[in-house]
Amino acid sequence: MSRSSNPYQDDRGNKDRSITREGKGEVDSTRKSGSTRPAPGGPFLAAENMTGGYGAADILHDCTLTVEQGQIAVIVGPNGAGKSTAMKAVFGMLNLRGGHVKLDGEDISELTPQDRVARGMGFVPQTHNVFPSMSVEENLEMGAFIRTDDFKGTMEQVYDLFPILKEKRRQPAGELSGGQRQQVAVGRALMTRPKLLMLDEPTAGVSPIVMDELFDRIIEVARTGISILMVEQNARQALEIADRGYVLVQGANRYTDTGEALLADPEVRRTFLGG
Amino acid sequence: MTANMRTLLLFAGMALLIVLEGSTTFLGIFGGSWNSALFILTFGLLSAIMSLGVNMQWGYAGLFNVGVVGFVALGGLAPVLIATQPVSEVWTSAGAYRLLLALLVGAAIIGLAITLNHRLRGRGRVIALLVTLVAGFFIFRAIFDPAVEVIEAFQPATYSNIGGLGLPVLLAWPVGALFAAGAAWMIGKTALGLRSDYLAIATLGIAEIIVSVLKNEDWLARGVKLVHSIPRPVPREIDLQADPGFVDFAARFGTDPVTASTILVKLLYALLFLAVLLVLIFAMEMALKSPWGRMMRAIRDNEVAAEAMGKNVTGRHLQIFILGSAVCGLAGAMMVTMDSLHNPSTYNPLRFTFLIWVMVIVGGSGNNWGAMLGGLLISFLWVKVEVWGPAALNFLTSGLDPDSPLRQHLQDSAAHMRLLTMGLVLLLVLRFSPRGLIPEK
Amino acid sequence: MDLLNAIVALLNFVVIPATAYGAQLALGALGVTLIYGILRFSNFAHGDTMAFGTAMVILFTWLFQSMGIHLGPLPTALLALPFGIAATAALVLGTDRAVYRFYRKQKAAPVILVIVSMGVMFVMNGVTRFIIGVGEIRFDDGARFVINAGEFKKSTGLAEGLAFRSTQALTIVTAILVVAALFWFLNRTRTGKSMRAYSDNEDLALLSGISPEKVVAVTWTISAALAVIAGTLYGLDKSFKAFNYFQLLLPIFASAIVGGLGSPLGAIAGGFVVAFSEVSITYAWKKVATYVLPESLAPDGLMQLLSTDYKFAVSFAILIIVLLFKPTGLFKGKSV
Repeated sequence: MSRSSNPYQDDRGNKDRSITREGKGEVDSTRKSGSTRPAPGGPFLAAENMTGGYGAADILHDCTLTVEQGQIAVIVGPNGAGKSTAMKAVFGMLNLRGGHVKLDGEDISELTPQDRVARGMGFVPQTHNVFPSMSVEENLEMGAFIRTDDFKGTMEQVYDLFPILKEKRRQPAGELSGGQRQQVAVGRALMTRPKLLMLDEPTAGVSPIVMDELFDRIIEVARTGISILMVEQNARQALEIADRGYVLVQGANRYTDTGEALLADPEVRRTFLGG
Repeated sequence: MTANMRTLLLFAGMALLIVLEGSTTFLGIFGGSWNSALFILTFGLLSAIMSLGVNMQWGYAGLFNVGVVGFVALGGLAPVLIATQPVSEVWTSAGAYRLLLALLVGAAIIGLAITLNHRLRGRGRVIALLVTLVAGFFIFRAIFDPAVEVIEAFQPATYSNIGGLGLPVLLAWPVGALFAAGAAWMIGKTALGLRSDYLAIATLGIAEIIVSVLKNEDWLARGVKLVHSIPRPVPREIDLQADPGFVDFAARFGTDPVTASTILVKLLYALLFLAVLLVLIFAMEMALKSPWGRMMRAIRDNEVAAEAMGKNVTGRHLQIFILGSAVCGLAGAMMVTMDSLHNPSTYNPLRFTFLIWVMVIVGGSGNNWGAMLGGLLISFLWVKVEVWGPAALNFLTSGLDPDSPLRQHLQDSAAHMRLLTMGLVLLLVLRFSPRGLIPEK
Repeated sequence: MDLLNAIVALLNFVVIPATAYGAQLALGALGVTLIYGILRFSNFAHGDTMAFGTAMVILFTWLFQSMGIHLGPLPTALLALPFGIAATAALVLGTDRAVYRFYRKQKAAPVILVIVSMGVMFVMNGVTRFIIGVGEIRFDDGARFVINAGEFKKSTGLAEGLAFRSTQALTIVTAILVVAALFWFLNRTRTGKSMRAYSDNEDLALLSGISPEKVVAVTWTISAALAVIAGTLYGLDKSFKAFNYFQLLLPIFASAIVGGLGSPLGAIAGGFVVAFSEVSITYAWKKVATYVLPESLAPDGLMQLLSTDYKFAVSFAILIIVLLFKPTGLFKGKSV
């Protein structure tokens, strides 16, 4: 990024490989968490009235997302509707000007993403979601980095869920196929034994067969009691497995209902599902 | 305060520093000698031209050149090859002519290798290249070595080189720029033509090579044996002192002819350098306002978009890299002309590469006036810290026993304050004024 | 017999010196490549970190020598090494705290960090000269030779002597131990793995609970340790001179890039490739050739491809050749 307002970030378009390496992180690692407050009652995850964006302009406008324990919630909507942004807001990667995020009876709005992970959130980014040069097993180990107890059992569970990963556990994750890499990414997030798993377009760029397979696995994960919040491009298939569906338009809730009801709604079908 | 006002004030401050250096000794901070002031000025103007060259590359195109010393050194070769008298004794078929032949053969071999590299593919390419280069190397050495022996055997105490062309020394300045441009073209073609940009390491490497060639190839410019008395574009001090008219002239100002002559010579150089510098800045400002300049900025600000619009990004980068290096070469030629001495052992990368970078960053990347101010200011500091360092340490250690080894050591080490100060200046400016003293508009 | 003599000459003048030099370059390049991998910039101050660390080791060596502490056949510098590493690590961590950390917070472009490292290079260069001066210093003591040329000739009856200096042996042994320890650390320990994870994907590492500041601190410490070890071994093998260490930057960068920037294995391979090419291209082969070739073919000249003054040209040529054919270096680096 050149000519940005921050002079320290101005690289003047330099791309010299012999002196710099691309791919710096975007998340602010120096921010410190604020305190949490008990907030009993309400849904398991309640991200309510979220308003905010990256810069001066707001992307989210009074957006609300809730998930009950063990349920699957899906966010769909047209391109640029702020789906991923909404999920990032839930995860604390966005400065909110209004609204709050509550998880399991606790207000965590002031926490940094890394502290939200410790509180039971698991997040699978859309891209760059594995450690490519590390083996599958090391990826899972890194997922469990904050755990101080023995995580062998969790790793076995992940291998049971995704048998192919056990087969390829010595292989660098970067050498796997797209679908397998998504499995590593989900597996990595599961290693912390999260209460809520957030998936940002987990099926982007994989074939329809792999997509069905991934959705099956996600249902399986939900059955173990983990809540799931998912952004999906493939709206129809996603709503089919959703307990709850959110249709976002321009950063605001347009329709909210069960997945089934949304699929049946002629208005939603016409506008967002292509008939 | 407008940006122009600020620039003007900064330059006025810089001028004041130089005037103070010339006119007062104020507590030993300034030299109180016009000779010293003009030395700093000429030194600063030369550095400003170099930092202008680096600023073109870094400021306008984001090209990271850490081989400035190489281009300066190459430019510095020009006055020797252009202005000194030819050593006609070695221009024989066994000597210099054979050497020219060897260089032509060498160039032909490299040309052949490049052609093969383009034409062939796969294993054949590797083998053909290897054979060409290895065989070519031995052929080249077979022609080259005896010629060098002949040349270097001729009066080693005075010559041992091929001499120059005996042309006016001012001609050496554009030629120095051409030398540097030629090297830059080769480096740029290779390093920017790779799949990724590897310019930094390429310039770092080639600069080392250029400097070691200049140090070791005695036939070229006598290596570390130095070439003295390179002709000068201004009168020599000794001639002035011998001229009764000048002695009278000096006497009218109440100075002795020695001081007056050194000052006059330095003043002439300063004017000459200032003229070159202003012409360069003017040309650069014009170029930046032209469509070419707008395209350069477009490329820097968004290379992907520029490429998508069909702009030849690598080509433009190569262009500006050559231009910037040529400016460095020009400065090198001017420097050797002023010193009237070719001494490759002074080409230290800390002084001629990294210090120039300090000038660019401190002055303000992307701003020509900034580069000029940075050049002048850092040169001033570079010269003055050498004086201030021992004085400061003397003061700091005044409480210590004069014979204490610690005091001795500290005072002996004062000379190294220079590098430390330059580093600190760079770090402080980068931290607190990252756009430099005169930021880019 | 002639063939044996040729082999001994080859070992003596090419293989042993190049191996020792290669090990020194490899250790230096490992430091550069670690910083490149984790902090994402090439550290121009690395040569001067080596110089500073070696200066510290020399000071401690003198201290121990003055106290009458010796390591017998081993150089006293070995005893001073941990202290030198500690001092250098402290300096480097202090530099990170005072200088680099601010830019991390700002999410500064890596190329800005390169320029910052130039400033640090100046300061460290000045500090080192301030502390120990610019002169050449020899600080090796203990046994000079593992194999002495004269004794070797006597015991084998060969015309060629084989000299294996103890500093060369020490360099090779130390390098092997250090590299083994480093690889064990990177591949087997939790901290080492977290460093690799951070290098692969900063954000994901952060979200996995890996502390960037800790990773960065560990990286600086290791890189400082490697720099001091490399610098001390180089100084023992040849001699210490601050400016020479600054000049090592080119072969060290070349080694790191030839091997593939960001790849530790590549840094080692690169170090040896550069060292062997440098030594063998600047070695006068006449001696070896005279033994191997029949008399009629004996060479007239020195058979030296390039004068030793051009050793930097060799590192550079190797670099360009490798990049032309393998743009990411010998071992797939992180560069593309």
